[in-house]
Amino acid sequence: MTRPPPTDARTLAILVDNEPGVLARVVGLFSARGYNIESLTVAETDAKAHTSRITVVTRGEPATIDQIKAQLDRIVSVRQVIDATQDPAGVLRELALIKVRSTGQERIEALRVAEIFRAKVIDTTLESFIFEMTGASDKIDAFVELMRPIGLVEISRTGVLSIHRGPLPDRLSTDAPKASESLAS
Amino acid sequence: MTSSSITKIHQAAPAAEAGVVMTGADMVIQALRDQGVDTLFGYPGGAVLPIYDALFAADDLRHILVRHEQGAGHAAEGYARSTGKVGVALVTSGPGATNMVTPLADALLDSIPMVVITGQVATHLIGTDAFQECDTVGITRSCTKHNWLVSDVDDLAAILHEAFYVARSGRPGPVLVDIPKDVQFASGVYLAPDKAPRRSKRVSRPVDQSKIAQAVELMARARRPVIYSGGGVINAGPRASEALRELVRETNFPVTSTLMGLGAFPASDPQWLGMLGMHGSWEANHAMHDCDVMLCVGARFDDRVTGRIDAFSPGSTKIHIDIDPSSINKNVHVDVPLIADAGEALEALLAAWKARPRRTPSLEAWWSRIEQWRARRCFAYAPSDEVIKPQYAIERLYAATRGRDVYITTEVGQHQMWAAQYFHFDQPNRWMSSGGLGTMGYGLPAALGVQAAHPGALVIDIAGEASVQMTMQEMSTAVQHRLPIKVFILNNEWMGMVRQWQQLLHGERYSHSYSEALPDFVKMAEAFGCTGIRADKPSELDGKIAQMLADPGPVLFDCRVAREENCLPMIPSGKAHNEMILADDLTHTRIDDAGRKLV
Repeated sequence: MTRPPPTDARTLAILVDNEPGVLARVVGLFSARGYNIESLTVAETDAKAHTSRITVVTRGEPATIDQIKAQLDRIVSVRQVIDATQDPAGVLRELALIKVRSTGQERIEALRVAEIFRAKVIDTTLESFIFEMTGASDKIDAFVELMRPIGLVEISRTGVLSIHRGPLPDRLSTDAPKASESLAS
Repeated sequence: MTSSSITKIHQAAPAAEAGVVMTGADMVIQALRDQGVDTLFGYPGGAVLPIYDALFAADDLRHILVRHEQGAGHAAEGYARSTGKVGVALVTSGPGATNMVTPLADALLDSIPMVVITGQVATHLIGTDAFQECDTVGITRSCTKHNWLVSDVDDLAAILHEAFYVARSGRPGPVLVDIPKDVQFASGVYLAPDKAPRRSKRVSRPVDQSKIAQAVELMARARRPVIYSGGGVINAGPRASEALRELVRETNFPVTSTLMGLGAFPASDPQWLGMLGMHGSWEANHAMHDCDVMLCVGARFDDRVTGRIDAFSPGSTKIHIDIDPSSINKNVHVDVPLIADAGEALEALLAAWKARPRRTPSLEAWWSRIEQWRARRCFAYAPSDEVIKPQYAIERLYAATRGRDVYITTEVGQHQMWAAQYFHFDQPNRWMSSGGLGTMGYGLPAALGVQAAHPGALVIDIAGEASVQMTMQEMSTAVQHRLPIKVFILNNEWMGMVRQWQQLLHGERYSHSYSEALPDFVKMAEAFGCTGIRADKPSELDGKIAQMLADPGPVLFDCRVAREENCLPMIPSGKAHNEMILADDLTHTRIDDAGRKLV
């Protein structure tokens, strides 16, 4: 398959009915149509309304991203697709756990860098640290790169999460449809 | 933020209203009744026996017993396409469900509303590799619009009603409800369609009038317009076809259609250009290539329609009406997208067109160019007194059936394209063909579904001898249920389209495309208990066709045709609409490597 070279990363928050198989529907769409998933997080967010939130980071030309959004919206279990990257009031965060092995002067250097990045030490032994940090993905990338020469051992990342700033939930409800139910039958 | 025009709104489930207590199996039957189902197609097995038991007493539901589950699926598709209603199939777990995969994929690509009910092993056995267990919802997830595994009998009624809603709403499609055997036996509360909670519903907005105004503005200035209509117009119901006809008359625009859209606009009308695409007409494809404004309604710029995508209608401004937002800009960039039901959009366009303020340019020059293309008579073929030309056979069949209430189904291949080219349709819902998936074996069982829906009509499956053998066993169904379908086989002993491509693209190396052994179709018909007819010569064709049409029962018609006839005209792979070839320039056509890879 020849696709144009992928360009910008886009974060999509997908609100879905929390029912069996819903993750497979969303992920299956990406694989079946040849789209890329760079990160994926999923958890139930509203038990009462049976909704989960799936956050996907994907990459592609703007037309491809539009097509991905339209295809996602076609899935019956998908309630809403939010393009968090396009949202000027969108907040994107990721959590990472980073294990670094070092001794002596390098141990001090690791702590110093961690302080600059506001990473938290959550476990320590005589020759290792585990740092916890949250932030934008590129900040975590930068931290990881600095830790690599010091003695990076292992990384675990959640993938990106997103939310809309301000008092309202991040629905697109500024112009919610004024309900003409032509399809109700 | 997304700006989709269709937003789904969650509807909280109201407190369960009082319903009737019954078993899950009885709920299935009751839900079918409440959804207006009169006919279903199926095959029993271990995991659906409770439902079949409930069906035993349901005299108001007609069950057509097929010979293979794939037949049930295609029959339900034929029923759906010829009526505009939802087709229903009922099959068992495991192999019953896997045999249904092809019809589901077929219905998904062609947007056919269908509800398939499958039995499943009891819930406590799921995941244990039980007898006739398979992961039905997993296997069918990518070939249904939606599917459900019912784990609680109290959810069953609501899921069944929602299944019908999802199948028929928006862009129609197939859905599947998988019901474990213990859920069929269990008792629960049945809720009628208007009482059952619906988990989600789609709210559609009214047609965007600003887009309508933009479209009319473009159309009013067009000097070389064309309307390209598709299956969406048929799916939108008779109102949409009516609106299309009136719009075409009002605008004086030429109109072409996809394979799926045949019949929405009458083929007998002078403004009809014929089908477009790979085996479409010379005039339709040239008009598409040279037009300045294209109005696409309910079609999806499929690769069989566009030919080489970067050379597709290069100079036109494109207006695209589709109910499915994902169809917009999927293959071809369009200038004015309009997400709406085809019928509503066409009616809005028509109203705005009639109210347009200014005079529109004359289309005389454009029509005279079209007449020049028409003068090429692209469907001309060399007649023969010796052998029956397949094109001639379809022409004679068409002539013999004028004045009859006719429905045509097809299999897939050369005969399908010849049927589309030489059999003409003046009404929607009369043409049932596997367009998207290209399923050989579709036509015969689909004809059963059409005939079950229209008992008095003349239903003909125009077939090839290779395709028809894929679902030939359903002749037995036709005999059992007195469904007098006529199977008109264009028998050239080759997988004709494969042979044609091997000739044109693969250096005439005919790898495994000739059937060295074929059944005697006349004897086969007799073995099934119906009539078999063979025609070998052009001179006997009319008489034999008349004999077929006069027969009150099912008929297998073995029409022995010219063996190596090619289906033309043709846009070769990797070529543009204006590079299509006619019968007379076939010999010096070369298809390059890039084209060959395109399929």
